[in-house]
Amino acid sequence: MDISGADIIRAVSLLGAGVAMGFGAIGPGIGEGYAAGRACEAIGRNPREAGLLTRTMLVGQAVSESTGIYALVVALLLIFVV
Amino acid sequence: MALEVQILVKGAAYLGAGVAIGLGAIGAGVGEGYTAGFANRAISMKPEKAGDVLKNMLIGQALAESAAIFALVIAMLLVLMEFQANAITAVALAAAGICMGFGALGPGIGAGFPAGRACEGISRQPATSSSLSNTMLVGSAVCQTSAIYSMVVALMLMFFDYSTRAFNPNAAALFAAGLSTGLAAIGSGIGEGLTAGGAMQTIARQPTSVGRATASMLIGQAVAETPAIFGLLISMILLFRVYPGAESVITAAALLGAGLSMGLGGIGPGIGSGAAGEYALNWLGRNEEIGGLLTRTMLVGQAVSQSTSIYAMVIALVLIFVV
Repeated sequence: MDISGADIIRAVSLLGAGVAMGFGAIGPGIGEGYAAGRACEAIGRNPREAGLLTRTMLVGQAVSESTGIYALVVALLLIFVV
Repeated sequence: MALEVQILVKGAAYLGAGVAIGLGAIGAGVGEGYTAGFANRAISMKPEKAGDVLKNMLIGQALAESAAIFALVIAMLLVLMEFQANAITAVALAAAGICMGFGALGPGIGAGFPAGRACEGISRQPATSSSLSNTMLVGSAVCQTSAIYSMVVALMLMFFDYSTRAFNPNAAALFAAGLSTGLAAIGSGIGEGLTAGGAMQTIARQPTSVGRATASMLIGQAVAETPAIFGLLISMILLFRVYPGAESVITAAALLGAGLSMGLGGIGPGIGSGAAGEYALNWLGRNEEIGGLLTRTMLVGQAVSQSTSIYAMVIALVLIFVV
């Protein structure tokens, strides 16, 4: 079988999409979980501020999520655009 | 030519065996060492409870060992069995070893956390030693589920007959099936262990909280398990879908990408959800009346943490079904 250059580019970009999303999901997953854990700790110390703490946790997690979304966008670009 | 394929299959089986027990031994080694460290500290704090602590340490270590024993079984089978001589079987055998090796890593480390914390708790509150040991057994058993998923996938890769499938791209599908379950099991195994460790700390601090702590621990562990279940799902799709033979490498690369996406993507959310569970459970015992609030916040945080594993699954499904 002979493999053309265009085939190789397409194959590598699909493999790259998987690698991007795979590695890209590690950081946000750990980081958001850590934020949730620390928020639970803070609510344990001061339950009256639970609403404020949950809100702050969600904002922090949303920022941490951004790199996961970058990975998702890059993966989708590699699959559908490249 | 027939001889060469036979050598390839033997080589792949031996390579798989080495990877399975090599990686599989890391987890149990780390987990058991962590347990022994906590047991030593516990005995130094209360030498008269040395017998109870030692007994609990050995039970906990035996549970952490089970993941490595699964890996040993797979490695032994790969070394001792005779397999069909064709190239796709060689790939399946290597994938089985990789799946079991990575799959035993997380549960071995994870099972060490509840065992170590239970030893610490026994020296702190000797009266709770039986409820600590019981909850430790439940928590550690849940840690092992992702190792069991990996063993199931490894056995399916070893014993199903793939010889009728075309090498390209089905070999890539089988290899990706091994990667998906094996890598995703790392995160769930470690995460479930962290959550169970938090439950041990809470029971040792507040013995009356044992029922509530066990319930919250199981909820937290169930969420931490989701990446391993996603990984198993992707593996099953890859194992049972038969692709027609292809000339180009595009489909093969897409399938490998799907396995890597789901496998690697499951690591972070599993560990993160477990860390959320650890802190929530740890604080449950200090302030029992806010148990519901803590469990609710834990679930919200874990759900956000799981979002990236869902992205990884979506990309894997797109790579399998759309490309």
